[in-house]
Amino acid sequence: MRLRFRFAKLGKVRWTSHRDVARMWERAFRRVELPLAYTAGFSPRPKVSFGLALPTGYESVAEYLDIDLDPSRVDGVDLTALPPTLSAALPAGVDVTAATVIDARAESLQHEVTSCDWSITVAAGATAESTSASEAWRQAGSAPLRELAAQALAAPTLVVTRERKGRTVEEDVRPAILSVDVLDDDQATGTISLRAELATQPRALRPSELLKALSPELVEVSVRRDVQWIVRSDGAREEPLPLALAPDALADASRRESLHVRRLVGATRASPGATSSGDGVGEEAAARV
Amino acid sequence: MTSLWPRIEPLLAGVQKPARYIGCEEGAVEPVHAPDKAAWLLLYPDSYEVGLPNQGLQILYEILNERPDAVAERSYAPWTDMERVMRQQGLPLFSVDTHRPASDFDLLAFNLSAELVYTNVLNCIDLAGVPVRAEDRKATDPLVCAGGHCTFNPEPLADFVDFVVLGDGEEVVAEITRVVREWKASGRTHDSRRHVLRELSHVEGVYVPSMYDVAYDGERLVAVTPKYPDVPERVEKRTIADLADFPYPKRQLVPLTEVVHDRLNVEIFRGCTRGCRFCQAGMITRPVRERPAAQVRQMVTDGLKRTGYDEVALTSLSSADYSGIDEVVSGIVNDPMCSGQVSVSLPSLRVDAYTVGIASEIAKVRRTGLTFAPEGGTWRIRQVISKLIREEDLYGAVDSAFSQGWQRVKLYFLTGLPTETDEDTAGIVELARNCVAVGRKHSNRVSVTASVGGFVPKPQTPFQWFGQNTVEELSRKIGLLKDAARHAKGVQLKWHDPKATLAEGIASRGDRRLGRVIETVWRRGGVFQEWSEFFDLSLWQDAMAEHGLSIDWYVYRHRTEDEVLPWSHLSAGLHKDFLWQDWQDALREHGTPDCRWTPCYDCGACTGYGIEHVVASATPPAGGSQGTGQDLSSGGFVPVELLSGAGGAKR
Repeated sequence: MRLRFRFAKLGKVRWTSHRDVARMWERAFRRVELPLAYTAGFSPRPKVSFGLALPTGYESVAEYLDIDLDPSRVDGVDLTALPPTLSAALPAGVDVTAATVIDARAESLQHEVTSCDWSITVAAGATAESTSASEAWRQAGSAPLRELAAQALAAPTLVVTRERKGRTVEEDVRPAILSVDVLDDDQATGTISLRAELATQPRALRPSELLKALSPELVEVSVRRDVQWIVRSDGAREEPLPLALAPDALADASRRESLHVRRLVGATRASPGATSSGDGVGEEAAARV
Repeated sequence: MTSLWPRIEPLLAGVQKPARYIGCEEGAVEPVHAPDKAAWLLLYPDSYEVGLPNQGLQILYEILNERPDAVAERSYAPWTDMERVMRQQGLPLFSVDTHRPASDFDLLAFNLSAELVYTNVLNCIDLAGVPVRAEDRKATDPLVCAGGHCTFNPEPLADFVDFVVLGDGEEVVAEITRVVREWKASGRTHDSRRHVLRELSHVEGVYVPSMYDVAYDGERLVAVTPKYPDVPERVEKRTIADLADFPYPKRQLVPLTEVVHDRLNVEIFRGCTRGCRFCQAGMITRPVRERPAAQVRQMVTDGLKRTGYDEVALTSLSSADYSGIDEVVSGIVNDPMCSGQVSVSLPSLRVDAYTVGIASEIAKVRRTGLTFAPEGGTWRIRQVISKLIREEDLYGAVDSAFSQGWQRVKLYFLTGLPTETDEDTAGIVELARNCVAVGRKHSNRVSVTASVGGFVPKPQTPFQWFGQNTVEELSRKIGLLKDAARHAKGVQLKWHDPKATLAEGIASRGDRRLGRVIETVWRRGGVFQEWSEFFDLSLWQDAMAEHGLSIDWYVYRHRTEDEVLPWSHLSAGLHKDFLWQDWQDALREHGTPDCRWTPCYDCGACTGYGIEHVVASATPPAGGSQGTGQDLSSGGFVPVELLSGAGGAKR
């Protein structure tokens, strides 16, 4: 039996790596004594499959992983209780926000997800000595960045150079930039917020690469993954496991009181292959295994 | 002052492994500081990955935070990239628990496990914004102290620490806390700083270097004498009588990022009486204090459940010597709660106590790395160093391992030992080659790694008088080994850099004059000297020359019975007569059997402190040739006892 979890990674814990997160989960599964299925062979490993890696230092309210349970020991596993139980066994800042049963034949997360929504805060013209925005940028507000974003979206190609396996390669990143919205600037901190949707196929474009393509003067202050999208061939969009709360509300609530969030948040609709699920805020992903 | 986190965080995107600086480990606490609590900052002067697992630091972290009158937080040496940006931004050293500046604490307490970290100690003090020299510290500066094995000769650091602690820390931290709280309450004034140091010198196990005068006659050290009548002439170490009273760590820290020894660690005993003469740890931690088997099991069960680890290490200086080790290992492996997923590792294995029984139990889950330490290549040299294991013992142990499916075994050796001949050196490869031959009976793919370290004589051991081999001599011996290993199929040779062995030797047995050398090496950027990417012997050689100190005098010459050693006024309980006699026995190639199972040699560690060995079971561990009534002369037959049901090689 295959389960899918959705979780958030917020606060100090964002400085851990994708591999670190994988180890946290393995320990958490053992702590709550969840009967995972193991691979056969000389060195058995639990069957756990993570979605897209989140770069170290980024926050997220839309992380996923799939696990297989040992079919001979699934009796008595209470899916409703799993999100709070697992959250308690995971480090502070890693909160499980939903769980559901999925079809064991479902496509892997890495394969299925096509794009991600990101919330990005930048300081423009910052230097190594000072991470706040330069005076010129601060006075100009968000207008120049709006202009840069419009130019980028209007351009047919956006070629950037990057290091790949020790070689410098040129790449057109324009097709991977699906949308960029520049929001208001914050005069007090000299930062500007933007939202972007970036493709993950054929490879995941990172927010840092978007910024580099817009202007070399942009410095990341904070980045959060808000949504992972599966866009079907007919254009229909869905999340691997959706939530009723908007990303900002979810992050705020999670930071305020994680336990509270665990009670509030539930899946809003069945994801592909789910046997059952709740249907709104205040309900859990209510599948009893 | 409160948290520095808002200033730390913007730096993290630009440094390697930012998780080193965030804290947040499972088991970490964010203690509430208060004017009437002594605030300890426990520092490990090496990288986070190396320092976090340190059990001594974790034990004190818990014990102090359980006290109503103390708080404890942790800090580790920032990696060089982080240090660079911290210095650029004027950001001081901080704790990882609440990210508080180090200088906000009353005590900066360093764990000293190895000599090559000394320059990092200075760097951490400096990063804390505290003068590195104790004499330059102001009334309001924190007290800088240290514990750990290296404090049995703290003289090279005497200029930089306000005090050090000898021996077990579990009990003495309470007494230090009391004295420091009084100091804090009285207001930190110039006079009160002198007063608190004087008071600390009265605490048993505490040594305050500034309370002593040191006299030299040319190169020779003549005397180290107390400045005041109430300061002890000789400082005795602290020893906890019974490990069962201290079931710590109860909440072992589970890091969020990868560290060394990333597993549950349960200390099964402290101290070792095998009497290996090169081993400082074995000499200074006597007597043996075994943890009761039931408590070991409880700590394993609770620890696994709390941490989610799938590996537990049963730690000690020689884990297979624990009386009743078979029952403990099989109890863990066969515990239904562990459902066959929890593997057991036994670091520090004596070959003569490793049996097929233990091997087969461990192999049930996962074959953890297997390392044996014969230390010497021939029976002759092993008698000199009193590592009384015989070739048959070693072959029996590796046979046990290979018969249970291990493909690779690691052997630890030392070279540059007293009286070592080229025959002894060559014996290292010979032993490894023979182990491969034993393994070939079971599989054609077996290999044996011989890991060879250069011997550094350590204070408070019978070899403290021995002149260390030169870099050239150690290099020549390694050359011999490389030549021999080239023709030994299945043998892989690894060796320690002889240059690092020399630097360790300089720091190990120095007196207070070495302080200037350490400071010079540090000021020229010589930090992280345990890391080959940063180690630079020329820094040490140049600093020695600049300060007019002779490497020959400090490292290479044999010391005499009548000379005052820099640590003569510090005691691990061992009588000088015992150590000298043991040194003479070494030169006569006489080994000393384990005193746990033989009459007492009166080394002083038990009798001096009115304590005794504590063993968990009256039965000596299986398979031991030492002190178990077996014939110790070379060539005698040692039966390896097989547990019932264990298959494999019967001998």
